[in-house]
Amino acid sequence: MSNIGYVRTKMLPEQVPPGSAVGPIKWIRENLFSSVLNTILTVLSVFFLYYVLAIVLPWVWYGSWTAGSLKECREVIAAAAGEYASEHGHGAACWSVIRERYLQLIYGFYPAEEYWRPNLTFALMLVALLPILFSNLPRKMLWFSAVYPFVAFWLLWGGSIFTPLGVMIGFVLGYALMLLMGKRFGSIVGTICAILAPILWWSLAVGPIDTALSGVVADMRAESYPAKLERSVSELAAINDVDGSMRFKLTAKRTLLSAFAQIDPARANVVEAKQSLVSAKAQGATADQIDVAETAVERAVSSLRRFKNEAGRVGLDPVESAKFGGFMLSIIIGVSGIVLSLPLGVLLALGRQTNLFIVKTLCVGFIEFIRGVPLITLLFVASTLLNYFLPPGTTFDIILRVVIMVTLFAAAYMAEVIRGGLAALPTGQYEAADALGLDYWKATRLIIMPQALKISIPGIVSTFIGLFKDTTLVSIIGLLDPIGLTANIRADANWNGIVWELYGFIALMFFVFCFGMSRYSMYLERKLKTGH
Amino acid sequence: MSATTDPKRGGFQLSQLIYDTRYRSMTIQIVALVFFLLGLGWLLNNAAQNLAALDKGLSFGFLGEAAGYDVNQKLVEYHNQMSHGRAALVGVLNTLLVAVLGCILATFLGVIIGVLRLSNNWVVARIMTFYIEMFRNVPVLLWIVLAMAIFIENLPAPKSFRGDDASMWFSETVAVTNQGIFIPRIMGTDYWWLFGVAIVVSVFFWRGINKWASDKQDRSGLRPSTWLIRLVALLLPVLVVYFATTAFTSGHQRDFLVRSTTAVASLDEIKAGKRPDLCFVGGSTSSLNASRVLEKFDIKYRRKKYVTHGGALEGFISGKCSMLSIADADMDQVMADVKENINGDGVLSAVSVDFTTGRALQIDYPALPAKGIPRFEGGTHIRGSLIALTLALALYTAAFIAEIVRAGIMAINKGQSEAAFALGLRPNRTMNLVVLPQALRVIIPPLISNYLNLTKNSSLAIAVGYMDITGTLGGITLNQTGREMESLLILMAIYLAISLTISSIMNWYNESVKLRER
Repeated sequence: MSNIGYVRTKMLPEQVPPGSAVGPIKWIRENLFSSVLNTILTVLSVFFLYYVLAIVLPWVWYGSWTAGSLKECREVIAAAAGEYASEHGHGAACWSVIRERYLQLIYGFYPAEEYWRPNLTFALMLVALLPILFSNLPRKMLWFSAVYPFVAFWLLWGGSIFTPLGVMIGFVLGYALMLLMGKRFGSIVGTICAILAPILWWSLAVGPIDTALSGVVADMRAESYPAKLERSVSELAAINDVDGSMRFKLTAKRTLLSAFAQIDPARANVVEAKQSLVSAKAQGATADQIDVAETAVERAVSSLRRFKNEAGRVGLDPVESAKFGGFMLSIIIGVSGIVLSLPLGVLLALGRQTNLFIVKTLCVGFIEFIRGVPLITLLFVASTLLNYFLPPGTTFDIILRVVIMVTLFAAAYMAEVIRGGLAALPTGQYEAADALGLDYWKATRLIIMPQALKISIPGIVSTFIGLFKDTTLVSIIGLLDPIGLTANIRADANWNGIVWELYGFIALMFFVFCFGMSRYSMYLERKLKTGH
Repeated sequence: MSATTDPKRGGFQLSQLIYDTRYRSMTIQIVALVFFLLGLGWLLNNAAQNLAALDKGLSFGFLGEAAGYDVNQKLVEYHNQMSHGRAALVGVLNTLLVAVLGCILATFLGVIIGVLRLSNNWVVARIMTFYIEMFRNVPVLLWIVLAMAIFIENLPAPKSFRGDDASMWFSETVAVTNQGIFIPRIMGTDYWWLFGVAIVVSVFFWRGINKWASDKQDRSGLRPSTWLIRLVALLLPVLVVYFATTAFTSGHQRDFLVRSTTAVASLDEIKAGKRPDLCFVGGSTSSLNASRVLEKFDIKYRRKKYVTHGGALEGFISGKCSMLSIADADMDQVMADVKENINGDGVLSAVSVDFTTGRALQIDYPALPAKGIPRFEGGTHIRGSLIALTLALALYTAAFIAEIVRAGIMAINKGQSEAAFALGLRPNRTMNLVVLPQALRVIIPPLISNYLNLTKNSSLAIAVGYMDITGTLGGITLNQTGREMESLLILMAIYLAISLTISSIMNWYNESVKLRER
């Protein structure tokens, strides 16, 4: 009796789940056919996908890469596809427009023989970005990142190397003064010095020093350089005659050569003008006549200076802003805007959060004004109005003007994003910083900002993406970014009527950049996550 | 035993301005203010010098001068002899039109896409994710330009409607051309506003009936069946207005004011002569009846469209059209006015027709004339630029709205709907009474900021030639008058006003739905 039990003493082996509850079948049942509505949706969307892909894939795949014009391309495709095309009527893509114009879409009208400069700038940009993006790289690389903007400017626009060097020295000067005076007289005096000294340096010293150095170099070169130049001009002219390349270099060398040739006459002019001024004074001429003579001297001196600047330039051949275009222009404007708007946005956000009434009012006014108007009006300001606000006679590069406006625009949005991060920090963090005896800037730098920025990463990156997309608006004020170039290409008789291939290519490029940025922000968020 | 003593009170020292926290904030603010004012003064001084050098003082007088350019889409009366200020107004209205249309469409699409992205269905969710990523990561300007290019390149030109290359849709009522879409237009009368009143009355009745039914349900526990009286309440006011306005507009004697080379006395003479141009005011009884009369008598005519009666009269006086329909009572007065002001030659004559008109509403279909310039006449012309711009802005903004909707729905704790189910609420009431009110609180603020973005992005209209405020004031007016400073100031002020209005509405809404806490 005792060994009759109603309780099972041995576990039954686990049964294999039914086929419909495991593996792909289960997944399909749950995700595609869980209810009638879901089934209908699945069928509809699969049909939709088939319909779209059946048009798009052959269109992409059977596209022509070789035709020279849209008409020829359509003929080629019609001949190649034969029955397929006539049956379906969708045809295929004319990728040849991309093959023909991709250099223009990337570099704009930048001279072909100088492509190495933007290429190098772009490669160096990646090197400069690496230590900022990935914190496990050696910190000393940040020095290169700090110098990079000046290198990039010089590489892209060319011209004398003394100008970017002078600007860079201004920053160093400001920083050194801030440390020195800050230690000696307190942080307010330090900050004022750090703002004033570089401005004075840039406006008063950089120009004259550049001129003086160029003058010295021009005098040193005057002996042997022109002969060398002449040789290279004739070589380049020979190459240019054959295939029309090297035109930019040839023009640059010719300009240089003519500058050398004009130095001596210009110098003679100066002497002559000075003599006539002296003699006019000696003869007791009227004030008007003396004025005229003085202007003549000034003009002669300035033209001599210009020729000497040209002849004594140590650096690369200058490329004017009108030649910039394509994705290169988008990246220049986008990256400069991104780099400059973040610090400005941080300052504005801090200004909006302080209890200093005047500072706060200024910051709030600026932020709300910028956020209330569309970017295009600010770009109009850049293209038509900004020169009014500069001292008479100054001209200001259009790309620089656009970068300034785009930066101000993005900074206002950035400030709001960072303000959100600041507001999300618990008050305890501020109080703890105070309790440690840290002053405002130390507390902000070491405790507040690292946390606030971490919270606002998604917002910051989406502002960056927005800024990069907004660089396309420069096409409206006549700069040749990719969208500005499409108007050019579509106006070409060969490619009149092309739509999808061109815009599709540009959209794809933008997608890669922006999607990459958003993925990086997700990576950063995961990496900086300190919660559980 | 207190050992501490107050620090010795000394006089105020200058160094306190920097080292003493009580005074330091003042110092900082004053320094900041000085820097700001110095910078501002420098900028303004430069501007004053530069403007003086160009001999251009700051003046807004150009707003009153004749604009001299045409605007192809206008919601108020406008022609090129009107002022720059008027052109700017036309532009503002166009901006608002595209903004409102875009916001409605974007909300509609965004909500659908956002909900579908949360769907359990894997394929649908993936398609929606693809849509969102595709639109969010490509510049809106590219979408706008692409939409316009597709419109122009892929749709048939009006002239191909003459042959077999293209045909109109929906039994010859809608024409989709590369110049825009032509749809039938309901032509009301001067009394069209009565239909609005009728709809308001219907809504009022509807709600009254609902309240009555609910009260009865509260008292007796049974809800009376109301569908029949609700139907009556819905239809009755509209029908009453329809028949009443038909009575108003029919059976009247019609008077035409005609200008031609010779005096005419009847419509037959007009029919025999050159094809007349009729000054046509949309939604006006006299124009509606005029078109009926002309069609009845089988007279071919061209329409010159105006927005108001005043505009039509002005058009007639300046010779833009040769025929004007006038309500009988006004004939003598108008005739006198016109005689006084008319310029150009031609003989004025008044033609009376006895004609019984029919319904209060008439539908005007677009049609392509058999000869002459291939251009659709009649109906409403929705321009390609408006469609491309609205569509691109809406599709782009919908991607952002979809994400907001998704975040809003996901922000509601699952416990909320479970609690509602536990109380016995049915799924749709759970959605309406529990989930949506809470989700809306999360959704609305970013939604409105996206409306704001759409409105600001509508300034890209200039890329497709849509004449919004940026195209009129910031484009042609700026280039023609050379008044960059003033034009851009006004342009920015207008956008700022729109933005501030929308954001104050948002703040008001936020305030009203905020959780009431202790």
